[in-house]
Amino acid sequence: MFDSLTCEAAARDGAMRRASAPGDAVARLVRSRREFLRAAAGVAAGTAFLGPSPLVRAEPARRKRKVIVITFGGGARDQETFSPEGQENIPHLLGELAPQSSFFTHVSNQGILGHYVATASLATGVYETLNNFAAVPPDHPTVFEYFRKDLKRPSSDAWVVAPSNGFNRIGESDCRSYGQGLGARVVLPKHLLSAAASGPDTDYAHLLRDNYESPLYTPQLGGGEFELQQLETILKLSVDDFKAHAMTLSSPDELSVYIARRLMQEESPSLLWITMHDIDVAHSGAYSLYIEGIQRTDRLCAELWKAVQGEPEYAGNTTMLILPDFGRDSDEDAGGNGFQHHRTGDAASRTTWMMALGAGVRQGVVYNQQVQSIDLVPTIGAMLGFSPTESQGRAIPELV
Amino acid sequence: MLPSNLQADRFDAYPPLAKQLAVANLAMLQRLPLCFLPGLLRELIEYDYKFPAERKAMNRELASLASLTPAQMDDWFGGFFRVSLSPALEQSDWVNRPEQFVEQESAWLWSTHQVDAFRAAATKYGDRLQAATPAEPLAVRRLGIAVIGQGVDSWDRPLFRNLRAHGTYFEHVKPERGLDLLLAAMETRARSHPAPYGHWYVDGGQPAGHSPVLTCVSYAELEPVRNALLKFMQNEIGRPGMGPEELRTDLAELLPANLGMDKPADPVLDRFQVKIFTEGSGTQIFSTTFAQWAAREALRRAQPLTLLVRFAPRQRQKPMNELLSVGRVNPALDPAGSLVDADMGAYYHWINQQRLAGSEQSAFVAWFEGHSQALVVAPTLPRGTRSSSAIDMGEVVALALS
Repeated sequence: MFDSLTCEAAARDGAMRRASAPGDAVARLVRSRREFLRAAAGVAAGTAFLGPSPLVRAEPARRKRKVIVITFGGGARDQETFSPEGQENIPHLLGELAPQSSFFTHVSNQGILGHYVATASLATGVYETLNNFAAVPPDHPTVFEYFRKDLKRPSSDAWVVAPSNGFNRIGESDCRSYGQGLGARVVLPKHLLSAAASGPDTDYAHLLRDNYESPLYTPQLGGGEFELQQLETILKLSVDDFKAHAMTLSSPDELSVYIARRLMQEESPSLLWITMHDIDVAHSGAYSLYIEGIQRTDRLCAELWKAVQGEPEYAGNTTMLILPDFGRDSDEDAGGNGFQHHRTGDAASRTTWMMALGAGVRQGVVYNQQVQSIDLVPTIGAMLGFSPTESQGRAIPELV
Repeated sequence: MLPSNLQADRFDAYPPLAKQLAVANLAMLQRLPLCFLPGLLRELIEYDYKFPAERKAMNRELASLASLTPAQMDDWFGGFFRVSLSPALEQSDWVNRPEQFVEQESAWLWSTHQVDAFRAAATKYGDRLQAATPAEPLAVRRLGIAVIGQGVDSWDRPLFRNLRAHGTYFEHVKPERGLDLLLAAMETRARSHPAPYGHWYVDGGQPAGHSPVLTCVSYAELEPVRNALLKFMQNEIGRPGMGPEELRTDLAELLPANLGMDKPADPVLDRFQVKIFTEGSGTQIFSTTFAQWAAREALRRAQPLTLLVRFAPRQRQKPMNELLSVGRVNPALDPAGSLVDADMGAYYHWINQQRLAGSEQSAFVAWFEGHSQALVVAPTLPRGTRSSSAIDMGEVVALALS
């Protein structure tokens, strides 16, 4: 349903006025993020830091290097985040993480604006064109496959924690030279909880909310999904303990972060990818729930970063990359309905940001030059030392 | 089939007025690019069920297109002609199922990275059309009213934050009989400036007593329709091979009679109400979303002179499957969250009103129901200011229109 109104919205809203030129809108977004950050978090412009990045390039250090990627399925707009009126919703990102980070104000997504396909694009470095609502693997090798094959890493070293059932194939492509057996292990916490609870259970209903982008449909599972019995062997959690802890949580993303932290403790993967999804409740049109989703995501990002500092395997050698998969429609575009969707393809829906923290990252710097979503994989490749040969992006120089 | 191969008999299945219009404009339709034409037909096929404002706009659009010289056609549609479509799209029955074509075309444009080019062409077209077909002057200044916060006893956070820069914030209005006064003012306007579908009252709950001269749409009164729709959706979801795109196509083809509206009192309004549920996202489950989307669509389509939307508390968030189930009795409500939803909904109401003709003269009132806070945007009132005037809601409307 993500794309179905595009044509008619664009072509048939003659009675309503048009937005300003796309180029103007992008410039405004980038400028506002930079200025808001400078004012709120005291960060500096990146052009003042053109020297080499303080990366640890030696091979032994690379072997210990870990990367955690957090994506939001469902972008959050500036007016609810980095603008003056939105800053109250992101106190942790702004006050705690931004001063420690390199912040990229202009991340452009030129692909399909659906969450599964966009996350797959982030993970492959190619703008994928797969069916957003089908349980199919990406067409191109994923970052996990490059990482494991090039560096000969075991399956325990690359994990994905994803929110909805559609993401169960995100771990590996069906490319012949990569593919089966070389991807990441995938945990779908909601599915795990549902299995642990032996079916629908009202005690956990708040953690089992469905895919907001298409609340009407859930594809069948398949692929290398994490099994219930592995709770105990891998996460060292009994089903009862898992259920008991789940009762203390308030949302699916909280459950995802809980699982991610267990993975960090028990498996210490070098490449950990977490996709959050609470914000995407915006598709229901309830603004208050969208705001709550932003506030929760803000808190969870800070909790994860704090957890990184507290884990001996991660502290000091981990780079964390936080980015929404894309934005949301602006209020100004007559073809959309403001925050509710990401259908118009306007500048606000295509433009987002990225925050990089930790090992090898300059602190308190803002970069305004455009980078693309598909640059993520080559950038991680340069950090960890593998070659994403089929990726169409470029490593971000300021991070490598 | 390509547009150039269109023949009059291809429109035989269209409703009478739509068919007449299509056949009368056949030569012009044959000249249009395929990536554009089904979008136009998607509107044209509904002509018999459109509001007067939409019919006028469609007539103006068709007349304008028919008057274009070949050079102008190239200029208006050059971007569309450069969009390439798949053979499957060309071979589909885009004359009789334009809605389905547009769905599939959207997916095609995204997957072939042509959506930005299409969007640019569509924006250019919209601008040219708007310039070529100026709207008629309004009989009276347009008035929008948003009533928010029903069921909230106290609220200590600022309201109308997005609107305050555009108008005057009243902090001591008299709330007594506020809704009655607003509806009375609506009736007065409707009687003074009668127009079919010209004065609307949208309620996210049970509507208050109102004059029959107002076009009324309410969430509560449409409960049987919503339940029928939810039941239909549940059945569809359970069907093998069903996916979101298929479901959306099926929803788009639903007619009022399919949802139990067997005795149409008003075929145009009935179709409008069904589309609020079948085209809107979240309108089926949250009353605040229903109210916001219904107001938006009423403005976009009927372009009323007056539109009052009253938000009511929506149900609390639950798992989607539970929200979509039928037969829930007295669901728990979330008045505070609904106030936040409605505050944003009021802002969108104003934005959508400002997209229509006469925006420089239009007036807008937002009121926290039962409380003393209101916001007025009007060309005669200062922006970004506060007023401590103790006036009632009837006087607020009079001030907005002064």
